[in-house]
Amino acid sequence: MSRAAFARNAWLVLAVLAVLFSLQFVLPDYQVLMATRMMLLAVFALGFNALLGYVGLLSLGHALFFACGLYASGLTVYHFGWGLPAAFVFAVGASAVLALLIGAVALRTIRVSFMIVTLMFAQVGALTVLYFAAWTNGQEGLSLPASARVADLGVATLDLTDALTRYNIAYGLLAASLLILLVYLGSARGRIATAVRDNEGRTEMLGFNVFAAKLEMFVLSGAMSGAAGAAYGLLFGYLGATFASFQYSIEPLLFTLLGGAGTLLGPLVGVLFMVGLIDKLSELTTAYLLVIGVVLIVLILWFPKGILGTVRERWLPWLM
Amino acid sequence: MGFGPYLLLATLEGLVQAAVLSITAAGLSLVFGVMRVVNVAHGEFVMLGAVIAWFTASLLTGHPAMGFAAALLVSPLLVGAVAFASERVVLRRLDYNPEATIVATIGLLYILQQTVLLVYGPDARPVDPPFYYTIRFPWFGYSAYKLFVIGAAIVIMGGIWFVLQKTRAGLVMRAAQYDRETAQAFGIPVDRVSAWVFALGAMLAAIAGVLVVPIQQAHYLMGADPLLLSFIVVIIGGLGSMSGTVLAAVLVGLSDGIISMMFSPTLAKMVSTLLVALVLVFRPNGLLGKAAR
Amino acid sequence: MADVTPLLVATGLKRHFGGLRAVDGVDFSLPAGEIRAIIGPNGAGKTTFVSLLSGRLEPSEGRVTFAGEDVTRLPAYRRVQRGIAYTFQITNIYLTKSVADNVRVAVESRARRERGVEFEAATLEALQAVGLEDRAETPAGELAYGHQRLLEVAMGLALRPKLLILDEPTQGLSDAEIRAFIALVRRIAETATVLLIEHNMDVVMALADRITVLARGQVLAEGTPAEIRANSEVQAAYLGTPC
Repeated sequence: MSRAAFARNAWLVLAVLAVLFSLQFVLPDYQVLMATRMMLLAVFALGFNALLGYVGLLSLGHALFFACGLYASGLTVYHFGWGLPAAFVFAVGASAVLALLIGAVALRTIRVSFMIVTLMFAQVGALTVLYFAAWTNGQEGLSLPASARVADLGVATLDLTDALTRYNIAYGLLAASLLILLVYLGSARGRIATAVRDNEGRTEMLGFNVFAAKLEMFVLSGAMSGAAGAAYGLLFGYLGATFASFQYSIEPLLFTLLGGAGTLLGPLVGVLFMVGLIDKLSELTTAYLLVIGVVLIVLILWFPKGILGTVRERWLPWLM
Repeated sequence: MGFGPYLLLATLEGLVQAAVLSITAAGLSLVFGVMRVVNVAHGEFVMLGAVIAWFTASLLTGHPAMGFAAALLVSPLLVGAVAFASERVVLRRLDYNPEATIVATIGLLYILQQTVLLVYGPDARPVDPPFYYTIRFPWFGYSAYKLFVIGAAIVIMGGIWFVLQKTRAGLVMRAAQYDRETAQAFGIPVDRVSAWVFALGAMLAAIAGVLVVPIQQAHYLMGADPLLLSFIVVIIGGLGSMSGTVLAAVLVGLSDGIISMMFSPTLAKMVSTLLVALVLVFRPNGLLGKAAR
Repeated sequence: MADVTPLLVATGLKRHFGGLRAVDGVDFSLPAGEIRAIIGPNGAGKTTFVSLLSGRLEPSEGRVTFAGEDVTRLPAYRRVQRGIAYTFQITNIYLTKSVADNVRVAVESRARRERGVEFEAATLEALQAVGLEDRAETPAGELAYGHQRLLEVAMGLALRPKLLILDEPTQGLSDAEIRAFIALVRRIAETATVLLIEHNMDVVMALADRITVLARGQVLAEGTPAEIRANSEVQAAYLGTPC
């Protein structure tokens, strides 16, 4: 990618971040909450898309990393009374280590086997949450007490029950994730990642350790998804087994396909459309997950490049 | 009850589970073998089979055996039709691209499951077994219907074997499984075969659904377990290998039945899922499957 | 330069697929600076043999030594890093990336091992070597077939290999393209050793210093083009006379 194209993408990301920052001053309370959730789910989907969009690996088990972050942070706070920043850092580290272990095994498979293996590992994760019900309270889950959601940082107090504080933390995490991916993809490592995605055999025969390149992205992806889960658990104060379920592995796939796999801002766009839609539908019917099925099939049949993928193809070839 | 009888009971329960599982997994294996499609919606076909069995049985008054027999006929036909249609409308258009078809069958999973939730509701409902008869062992009584399920599974698996090995349809399927391009070149309509195979796989799942519903009740979320267990069976048995599938179903059914009675069922599932994921990574042809061609 | 150790040595190399002995005990030695051609009837095990050299396949038995180092157990990418470049029999490039970006990936590989690689200069140099500098910004997928093959060679060159393995490089090229290709390989041979699998005997005779003939996974003959031309066993193998 040329320097000019990279600069355009950087400006675009900064512009989107500026808009998101200013939203907190205009949105009504209910929508601030919704936007906070969306930004965290977008971080989750960004991590998923790092793997699918840039090295071409479709994981069906990313709920494992989201749930790992969620429980690693939440349980240390709940059971051991850890401080919020320490719990968050610990959770991101734990997710990265888990991704390293899972990746080292799962990346020995390709394509369909990779999808099934990741799905099964995530299933093991979901069962683990249920099995250790003494710690996790199983299906019902745990609520973090309000007292545990206030952190004294010395210079300031962080009150996670405050809506705007939560908004800005989620915003900070999203901004950091976008910038990390922007820099990574603009670097030589990003070029190697997409080379692996486009033609694995060729890339190996140019002297690159393809396995290491995939594993590196797998760990980045797992850590980012784990960070999203950790923030989700701490900001909303609830840890439930649902977050480890198959549905939470499918949602980032859905967001990414809708927004456009392999586009930096695609997952965010996908979240914006889907989360709003799902929330509206859930007020109308209990069978609101029907929409997940319909949208998946419509996308895969008629719109496989997604929103930003199509925009890139038709109008803006420089989008990354 | 002493350990011996306890083990006998666990073994019987395991065999019943193995029976249902081998039918379900045979469907999954057939679809994967011939079409190279991993059908994530396979468990929903079991669920749909069970729910349709409930509707059929509740419409027919009279002896429960009537309703059951009708369900055994109506359920697979309807489910097969649904599968046939989804193959034509969705999977065929994707050219059977492996990743795309998995995503599509995930979509199908949600559509089937949530439609049933809309129409049938969130309750679990039982269907009467065709007959009530309890076999008296010295230590416990055991439902004869469950033994009937084992017998039915043996008959059905024998039928599948016969169709695959001895009939023209089976020859066509095996040819398509062995080498799509060559089969096509020899004038086998591989494209149409795919639709029938997908329908047949779903019908097997539906039959399994009808058979379990007197034991287990029909519920819109009941598809998850059969899906996971079928995956486990097909992976251990070797993807696409029918005899491996049957052996693996007995192995998994028995060990799951026995381990679940001795330990926590959640732990049993956790350990077996983990082990099977590792089998898929390190022994991709299965523990029982032959080496790759 | 007396008594130079060969650049590449294979000893007792075997590769079996089930019962099929694709490569069945090959001893092979390639001195630096040579253009060597490997010929043989279809199914002789040529592609399997070079795959064992480049590391895309692991041998069932035997050893491969490159530049004095035993590389038998090294994965392919490490062999590439040591100087063995391989171009595929079927064109294998990044179809959606531009021509220049294709070459940049190869340059990046070199830049990870060597200091002071001038990125753009190295890219341009490789493109100029094959005459594709005018097409630098074209998506590789839009190139004509002959140009795609040249791009693949350019990627190999950008690695600055000690040994360049070309697997049937002239397949599907026009006569004019083949003439240009022969000239290109001669220029490459000034800085690298070339190992060439080739069906077109005119190309082989025009380029090769020496020829190795494989049949049924074994070395049938080895010698100068003139010697091979005169060898009756080779003629028999090509004509398919039963022996």
